[in-house]
Formats: sequence, C-alpha cells, structure tokens
Amino acid sequence: MSFEPFTILTSRTVVLPQSDIDTDQIIPARFLTTTTREGLGASAFYDWRYDQNGAPRNSSPLNGVDPSTHQILVAGSNFACGSSREHAPWALLDFGFRAVISSDIADIFTSNSLKNGLLPVEVDEKTHRALLAQPGAAVTIDLEANEVLFSEMRAAFKVEPFARRCLLDGVDPLGHLLNQEQAIASFEAGRSS
Amino acid sequence: MTEKPLTLYEKLWRDHCVVDEAEDSPAVLYIDLQLIHEVTSPQAFAVLAERGLSVRRPDLTIATLDHSTPTLPADETGALPFATPEAKAQVETLQKNCETHGIELFGLGDPRRGIVHVIGPELGLTQPGKTIVCGDSHTSTHGAFGALAFGIGTTEVGHVLATQCLLQRKSKTMRVRFDGALGPGVSAKDMALAMIAAVGADGGQGYAIEFAGPAVEALSMEGRLTLCNMSIEAGARVGLVAPDETTFAWLDGRDRAPKGEAWAQALKYWRSLPTDDGAEFDKEVVIDASSLRPMITFGVSPDAAAPVDSAHPTLNGETEREAAAYMGFEPGDAFKETKVDRVFIGSCTNSRLSDLRAAAEIMRTRKIAPHVKMLVAPGSEQIKKEAEAEGLDQVFVDAGAEWREPGCSMCIAMNGDRGEPGELVVSTSNRNFKGRQGKGVRTVLASPETAAASALAGVIADPRSFFKETADEL
Repeated sequence: MSFEPFTILTSRTVVLPQSDIDTDQIIPARFLTTTTREGLGASAFYDWRYDQNGAPRNSSPLNGVDPSTHQILVAGSNFACGSSREHAPWALLDFGFRAVISSDIADIFTSNSLKNGLLPVEVDEKTHRALLAQPGAAVTIDLEANEVLFSEMRAAFKVEPFARRCLLDGVDPLGHLLNQEQAIASFEAGRSS
Repeated sequence: MTEKPLTLYEKLWRDHCVVDEAEDSPAVLYIDLQLIHEVTSPQAFAVLAERGLSVRRPDLTIATLDHSTPTLPADETGALPFATPEAKAQVETLQKNCETHGIELFGLGDPRRGIVHVIGPELGLTQPGKTIVCGDSHTSTHGAFGALAFGIGTTEVGHVLATQCLLQRKSKTMRVRFDGALGPGVSAKDMALAMIAAVGADGGQGYAIEFAGPAVEALSMEGRLTLCNMSIEAGARVGLVAPDETTFAWLDGRDRAPKGEAWAQALKYWRSLPTDDGAEFDKEVVIDASSLRPMITFGVSPDAAAPVDSAHPTLNGETEREAAAYMGFEPGDAFKETKVDRVFIGSCTNSRLSDLRAAAEIMRTRKIAPHVKMLVAPGSEQIKKEAEAEGLDQVFVDAGAEWREPGCSMCIAMNGDRGEPGELVVSTSNRNFKGRQGKGVRTVLASPETAAASALAGVIADPRSFFKETADEL
C-alpha cells in the first residue's frame, strides 16, 4: 500500500476547539459495518454535521468548507481518544484533510494516521491556542523541516523518525517488516529450541 | 555487577524484541497471539490479497464474532436478526477470510464464542508473558495476566497477519498503586473510574500502566480484567497486573493453557516476570482504595467520574459546559435521584460471571422500576451457560430485565442494541462518549452493583444501600 507523499502542505484550517474529541465523534460506530476503506468521508463527524432528521447543521464548521482549500483540522487537546478504529483517519482523509493539529493526540490514532498519509501534528500550548483562535487561517506544515508556520509564528513538532521517513516517501512500513523475515525466523527458532 | 532491576513491562518488551529499536527505526516486536473480530479485520485481509501475501502464523491467530452480531436469538427459520445487511456481510467476510487462511474461528453457534476480551482469558489463551494484539483498543484487558497486550489499527492487523511482528516504540512506565482494601459495594470498576479521574483521559498517553498494591493483589482475575480494560480510557494502550497465584489458579486446567511439563516450565517463567525490587517507573500514582466509594461518570469523557453520592462539580471551559448541557446536569446537582431510563449490564469491561452474580445479588427477589428498560448481555456463550446453570438469568428476567445472547451489544451499539435519543443509560461498559450508545443517548458509566441498584430504584442509586454492612450508615 502506498499513498501520496507528505512533504509540505499549505492550506486553510477548520477549527474544532473541543477537548477530548473521541473516535466515536469522528466516525460513529454505526458506520463501521463496512468491509472497505473507501467512502467514509461522508460519515465523518456525522452527528456533528447533521441533526437527528439528517439535515445539515449550519452551526458546524465542517459544513460549507471547501475540502480542496481546507485540508488542516485544528482540534482541542486529547484529540481522537477512544477506540483503535482506523476508520477515523480513513474518514478524515476521505473528507479531505491531510493533517491534524492539536496540543496532544491519542497514541493509537497517531499510529494509524501515520500509516495512511494523514499527518498528526502536536504543537506547544501557545501555538495551539493561537491556531484555535483563528479558524480559516493559512498554515504551512513543513515535514522536511518539522515546522508549522502560521502568520508570524514558527513552531517545531516531532514525528517518530521512521514514520516520518515513510510519510515523506509515501510508503507504508509493511515492506520494511517483510524484509525482516530472516530475523523473525531465527527469533522463532531460538524460542522453540 | 548486578543487573539493572526491571519492571514487568520492560521484561515483556525485552523478551519479544526481534530487532531492538534505534534512533531512526522502531523495534520489531514479536506477537505471540493475535485476536481478530469482524469490524477491524476485513481491510487487513484485503491488503494481504492485494499484495499476494499469506497469513504467516494462522496457528497464532484466533477469530471470533462479537461486535456486529445480534443479541436476540435466531427466528424460527434459523436466521439471525442482523441490524443491517452490512452487519451480516461483515460477519460473512470474517467467516470467509478465516476459511481461506486456515484461521480458527469461534463463530456463530460455537460454544466458545464471545466478546474477544472475554474469551481469551476464559479459554486460557491469554497467559502471562505473551504479547497479544487485537484491532480493538480494549486489548489492554489481557494485561491483567501480566501479558503485554495492546490495541492496534487495521493496517497493523495486516502487519501481524503477514509477519507476526509489529514496529513499535517502547513506552514510558507508570505504576498506579492502590493501597488499603475496598469496602462493601465497591468493586474493580470503581477503582478503574477513580484511576481515570486521577490520571486524566490523556494522562496515560505514551505510558504502559502497571496496577499494583494490596487492593489490586486482592482482586479476582475478573476484577483485574475490568481494571486493565479501562487503561485506554486514561490514554494508556497497556495496563498490567503482575502474575501471581490468583493468575495461575485461573489458568490451571483451562483448555488452551499449558499442560504437564509445559505447565511447570511456564510457571517458572511466569514467576520471573513481576517487577523487580528497586525498578524505576517514569511516573507513580497512589490511590487509597479504602476511601473509594461507588463511582459514576457524569460527563462525556470517562475521566468525568465522581462518587455516586456526590454532586456535579463547577464547570471550567467550553468543553465541560457542553458536556454538562448534553448530560442535563448543572453544577451542584446531586447525582443520586437522577432519573434513569435504561440500564445495560455487559461489555468487555463487566460481563463476566462475577459481574452478573454481583448484579443478581442485588436484584434477587426485587423488581426494576416500571419505567426502566434493562438489558443484560453475558460476555460469552460459556458465561451464559454458567449463569443459566445457577439461575442468574431467571433473577434478571423475574426482575423485569431482558436476558440476551453474548456480544458487545449496547457498549458500542453496532448491532441494533441501543438507547433512544435523550435517554439516560446507566451502563457497565467503558465509554460515555456522546452518542456511543445511540444518537443523543446520555451514558453514565458504573459498576454492575451500581447499575443493578439504579435499575431497581429507577434513579441513579448507591448500591451500598442494598448491603447490610453499609445500609445503616447511608
């Protein structure tokens, strides 16, 4: 599996300021009865975007944005806590996002996102507050330089080095694991002897 | 030179590194057991097919059906009442994938079927010293045995199917020590909720938690499973309890546990696993178990937890204001006496025999409030059978509750079991997220004891009022 390499992205933001946005908000469980990865964008944040009759909620910042110009989601702290469903990054990518910025992002979501070309970016509190305060701001995320650039601000971020390499190259790490076959076989042999 | 003292987590990590981690590359970690279910596996098998790969170790892979399966029995034609055609297709996809790849499936009609985190321990598949993964965040449950167990995404499910390994970075370590002893009517679920409130919903991020102290040692295996289950609700992928005599007694004689000489060998290894004296944790948290009261959640994040006999705290910030508005609470509102519409007993957190017994103990010869609907879903076919053998099903039915087939049911509400918009549900499950149990449903997490007491009272109730030892003091 491969995906579009992530090097540098300049786009506008959509801001969801709430803390603890869990994966059931990102993609409600009733949409998980799918057997493919495709088409989940239509269900992303479904209950935030639509009311109980299925009518779009005007109050949702996710409604009415142009996904081609708003590819960065800025969210409150502890983003994507909860389940391990990879449907969460699949849904955000299919919706049009390429990156998520927060002050802290849940571990399993981070791991899942990195394998699909969605970049999770954890920034310091000050940068986070500034980004939350300016929905629609133009932001540049430079993965080569590990920097977020936004108005006059410049904030460093870290991505696990191996996952970063995979993102820059647009490859998932399965090939690397398959290349370890010899080491894996000898590990197994060592344990059973 | 003496060897550096190690934590349980560090020993488990050390014993499974095929390739050690370096600055620019994660470790290659060997996986002893992968559990799979219908929701998070189809796309992983699809990747194998796309790349022409086979399952490297079908013998270390076990599948079951739990999330999308109905908890109502088959109709007269033998057809199961699936919520949607997609749910049925998902179940059939796993059946087909298991057949293609020679993976053992505890499927529909199999007496070993059940919630994935219930059947692992029940069958003796979950053992100290193993690495166990599943495309499910509550895989932390299995850490109760001193196994390194954690939830993974679907891409990683594919990695393990293809290579039996994962690329992983070592976690930091946190010890949560529970001093003292629990009082009557207070159980492992209350410890879990108190822990999450203390650590915070993201306080465990990046950590493997080890639960220790006299109150943890005193827990049954079922209680330890409940506690480790909810580690992820504090943000920690891993929750551990050191294996001890309670662990070994549970495993001895189970179907998939080692036998004979292999058992003796295993015991020797398992006894070497507990954290060494003097081993250092990156973070330590201490909780006084003797002061714990039955806990409930009042918000839409599991760390919004408080004693059942307390009142809603003051609000800080927009997120808390939104949560309180959703839940219908105002600061200062007493939780007790809040009207309850529905009660759910089940899920990988609290659907084991001891949970059902604890609830039945309170409900025996009593009736649930007329306006309350209650559903009890045992964790596995085996538990259902055992519960029925001791008449627990009849206790629930006589009280006015529904006794269902095993599965995840209303915890994740994927199979059609759910609440109605606006309803307040007291639930023994693990997540109180908005809409988790149905659109607009307000979830209050609690122990089986508190859930049972609340069903009877028709309002959020303190289970201690049903215990002789504590009733007079309340």
